Amino acid sequence: MEPMIDLQITVNGEEVSARVPARQTLVDFLRYQLELTGSHVGCEHGSCGACTVRLDGEIVRGCLVLAAQADGAGVETIEGASDSGELTDLQDAFHTRNALQCGYCTPGMLLTAQALLATNSAPSRDEIRAHISGNYCRCTGYQAIVDAVESVAASRRGEGTS
Amino acid sequence: MNDTSLHAILDRPNSYIGRSVPRPNIRRLLQGRGTYVDDVHLPRMLHVAFVRSPYAHAAIEAIDTAAAKAAAGVFAVVTGAELAEYCTPWVGVLSHLEGLKSQPQHALAIKKACWQGEAVAAVVANTRAEAEDGVGLVEVQWRELPAVVDMERALDAGTPVIHADLGDNLAWQREYEAGDVDAAFATDTVVEEVFTFGRHTGVTLEPRAILADYQASEEHLTVHHSNQAPHMMQNIFATHMGLEEHNVRVICGDVGGSFGIKVHTYADEMATVALSVMLRRPVKFIADRLESFVSDIHARDHVVRARVAIADDGRITAIEINDLTGVGPYSVYPRTSAVEANQIVNLIAAQYTVENYRARTRVVFQNKVPMCQYRAVGHPIATAVTEGLVDAAAAAINMDPIEVRRRNLIADDSYPAKAVTGLMFEGLSHQQSLARLLEMMDYDGLRAEQTRRRAEGVHLGIGIATFVELTNPSAMFYGVGGARITAQEGCTVRMDAKGNIICAAGVTEQGQGAEAVMAQVTATAVGVPLDKVRVITGDTDVTPYGGGTWASRAAGIGGEAAVQAGKVLRGRILDVAGTILQAEPATLDIRESRVVDMADGRDRIGLDEIGRIAYFRPDTLPKEFQSELVATRHYVPKQYPFAFTNGVQASLLEVDIETGFVTLLKHWVVEDCGTVINPQLVDEQIRGGIVQGIGAALFEHCQYDGDGQLINGSMMDYLTPMAAEMPDIEIAHVVTPTADSELGAKGAGEAGTAGAPGAVLNAINDALRPMDVRLNVHPATPEQILTALGTVKPD
Repeated sequence: MEPMIDLQITVNGEEVSARVPARQTLVDFLRYQLELTGSHVGCEHGSCGACTVRLDGEIVRGCLVLAAQADGAGVETIEGASDSGELTDLQDAFHTRNALQCGYCTPGMLLTAQALLATNSAPSRDEIRAHISGNYCRCTGYQAIVDAVESVAASRRGEGTS
Repeated sequence: MNDTSLHAILDRPNSYIGRSVPRPNIRRLLQGRGTYVDDVHLPRMLHVAFVRSPYAHAAIEAIDTAAAKAAAGVFAVVTGAELAEYCTPWVGVLSHLEGLKSQPQHALAIKKACWQGEAVAAVVANTRAEAEDGVGLVEVQWRELPAVVDMERALDAGTPVIHADLGDNLAWQREYEAGDVDAAFATDTVVEEVFTFGRHTGVTLEPRAILADYQASEEHLTVHHSNQAPHMMQNIFATHMGLEEHNVRVICGDVGGSFGIKVHTYADEMATVALSVMLRRPVKFIADRLESFVSDIHARDHVVRARVAIADDGRITAIEINDLTGVGPYSVYPRTSAVEANQIVNLIAAQYTVENYRARTRVVFQNKVPMCQYRAVGHPIATAVTEGLVDAAAAAINMDPIEVRRRNLIADDSYPAKAVTGLMFEGLSHQQSLARLLEMMDYDGLRAEQTRRRAEGVHLGIGIATFVELTNPSAMFYGVGGARITAQEGCTVRMDAKGNIICAAGVTEQGQGAEAVMAQVTATAVGVPLDKVRVITGDTDVTPYGGGTWASRAAGIGGEAAVQAGKVLRGRILDVAGTILQAEPATLDIRESRVVDMADGRDRIGLDEIGRIAYFRPDTLPKEFQSELVATRHYVPKQYPFAFTNGVQASLLEVDIETGFVTLLKHWVVEDCGTVINPQLVDEQIRGGIVQGIGAALFEHCQYDGDGQLINGSMMDYLTPMAAEMPDIEIAHVVTPTADSELGAKGAGEAGTAGAPGAVLNAINDALRPMDVRLNVHPATPEQILTALGTVKPD
C-alpha cells in the first residue's frame, strides 16, 4: 500500500487534519483533498508559477513542496487571500486593466505581485517584470499585468488610482 | 444587411460599442473560483494515464498488461485493439484541398507507433498517481523502425514510407502561378533567400483536459472539455462513439488558454471518451506538461526557398516561393494539416500590387508530433518571407525599405482589390496604417539614433512588417471541404421577468473576451445597461449551434448574430410595451432598461414592469396578443469568403554582436480590424499575439535529434517569452469596417502573431547590416546570430 503521512496544517486560517500519500505535492493536496482548486497546476516542475501559494507567509511553488513538508505550517491560497480582502485593489486593477485573459496564471500572478508590493512600495516597471518573470502567462504578453501592478503600487502610496 | 434607420447598431444611444468596459464573468477567475476541467470532480470518477511510445517509429509486437492490472488502484488497462470496438478511426482530409491524403488514425495506436509520445495503451485508476504507477508496469515489446525525421528527405527514394497504404510520404502539394514570373526574373534585380521556421507549440498554461461521463442507461454522454469548439466536438464524439448527436453534451467551462491548440481531435482525448463508454464510469484525462510537449499539436516547421525581382524604381515585379513542411505522421482531423501550407501560398505578398507570382508547397509526413493549425496559421511565415524579401530587395537597389513598401502596397483607394494570389479584399488601409506607424514610432528620429549609436558600437535594429490577417471565415474555409465545422454563429437573447437579458451564444470563451463582446453588443442592441446582461457560452445543451472561437471569428460573426437577435428582442419588448401603453411600438425605444418615447426620451415604463405583466399578468393583455420575449438569430459571412484585416508592426531591438543576445526595446503596431467593439480587449489580443510571435522569432523551438526524439520537451528546456524580456507595445488603429455585417467588425486575435516574427527578424537583420550578413532562421537564437556572424561554426 502507498505510504501515508498524517498532517496538521493551517489552511487559510482553518485547522486541517489530513492523511496524505507521502508523495503527494502540496498543490495536489490543496486541490484534490481540500477542493481549493484556485491554485493551478501548469507544469509540475517549478517553471510556470501557476501553483504559487504561501507557506508560512512566503510564496512557494505548490508543485515543488510535498504536502508532508507543510506539516505544522500555515498555508494561504488565492481563496483565502481573496476572502480576507488583502488583494481586492490588485484584483480590481487586474480586472479594469484586463491583466488576465484565460485566468489560469492569475492566482499565482496575484500572489507573486502581492509579495513584491509587500517589500517594495515603488517598484519600477523593470523590477515588476523581473519579479513576475517566474510566472508564465501565455495570453497577455505581460504589459497589462505590469500596468496593473504599477498602478496598485502608486495607489497604495496614495498617488492616485489610475 | 445594413440598417440605416435610427435602430442601426452603430447609432444606438448609450452604446457600449467602442468602449473599454471590463469583462463581465471574470471576477471568479481573479478569486480562484473558476471551473476548469480539472476542477470538476464527479462521483465514481476514474483517471487515465497513457503508455506512450518512447520511439519515433516502432512496431508494437506485444503488450503485457498483467502487472499493471494487478497494481493498487488500477481499474483497467486497455490496448488499442480493445478500444477500437468503442471508437471508430478517422481520417483528416478535406475535399477542397485536392489530393490531400492521410492514414486512418485510432484512439490508441494498434500496430505501430508513429511518433515519440503516441499513446498505445491506457491505464485507468482511482487516482492519476496510481494510473501513472500502472503505466510504468505495462510492458510493450517494441520493434524499432527507421524513422523519417528530416522533412527535406521525406520524399527521397531511399526514405522509408511511413504508411505503406499511401504509397509515399507526400500528404499534399499545391502549385500556383499568376502572370509572367520568368520574364520579371530575367530583367530585374533578383534576390534569393532561404527562410526556415522551426517547430513550436502552443504551451497553453492549462494543459489539454477532458472529463467524459457516459450514462449507459440513457446512452448519453457528457464531456467536460477544455476546447474551443463544443459543437464540432459533439459531432465528432457522436460520430466515432456511435451515439446520437443530441445525446452528446459538450461543456466547455473555463478554458486556460487555447490559441488553436484546443480545436483539434486528439487521439488521447478520444480514448478518454471511449474509455468512459467502455467502462461506464466518468474518466478524466489531464495532460501533464511533459506529455503536452509530445502530444499537443506542433506548428510551423517550414523551409521556404524564395526569390524576389525588383525594378530600379522600387516596383516589386515578381515573387516565387517553394515551401516544404513536415506535419508528422497524420493529417490532423478534422481541419487537416495542409491548411497552413495553403495559407502560405495564399498570403505571400497579399498586401502588394505585384502581378507575377509562382508558388509551390509540399506537405510531407514524418515521425514527429502531428502538426496543425495554431494561432495565425500560415500568416507569420507568409509575412516573414514577404517582408524579409522586401527588405532584402530594398537593400539590393539601395532604397529605403519604407519607400519600397510605399511604392508597392495596395493603395487605400483601390478596393475592392484582388491579390496576386487570388484573395479578394473588401477594403484595407495599408498606406494609412504605415503612415500612422511611422509617425507613432518617429521613424526618422530612430534612424538618426541608430546611426549615432552605431558609432558607439551599439547595434540597434529597426524592422517593419506589413501584413494581412484572414478573419471571419465563411463556409469556404472548412465546410466546403466536407468538414462538419460550422462557419455560422447563433445567438439567443431572452428577457426574464425582472427585465434582465440572458444571452446564449455559440461562440466560446478562452480568455479573449468573447463574452464581453457579446454582452456589449446585446446591451447596446436591446437598450439595457451592461450589468443587466448575462452571457452563457460553451454548452451544447444550452447555446445555439455555433462554430466556437477560432480564426478571429467570435466578435465579427458571433457579435453580428447578437446584433440581430438583440434588435428582434427589442422589437418584441416594444410590442408588449405598445400593447400596455396603447402606443405604436415604432414610436418607442428602450434606453437604460426603460421604455421611452423615441422622439423626446420621455420615460414610459420599465422592462421590469413589462416582465411582470408579460409573465405573471398576461390576463391583462388583449386576448389576441401573445408576448414573445426571446429571439434567436444566426449570421454567416456571405459576401466575401473572409473578412481580411491589415496592419503593420515595427520592432526596435539591440543585437549584442559579442554574445548574439537580442534585447527587445519597443514594439509598435497599427491595426485595422474594422469596428472596434472594446478597444482594450482588441489591444490586449494584439499584445498577447505579438508576444507569442516574439516567442516564435527568438525562443520557441521543438528540437529533435536524428532519431526523432524531442530533446527539449519541458518548460525548463523549451523557452517561452517571460515578462522580463518582453517590450512594451504601443498600438493604434485605423478603422475600415466590413459592409458584410451591420456591426462592421472584423477579427483581431491573430494580427499580433502574424506580424511579429517578420518585424523582429527584419530588425535583427537591420542591426546586422553593417556586418553584411543576413539571418532568416526562426527562432533567431544567439547561436544562430553568432553563426550568421561567423563567430561560431554551425553544428
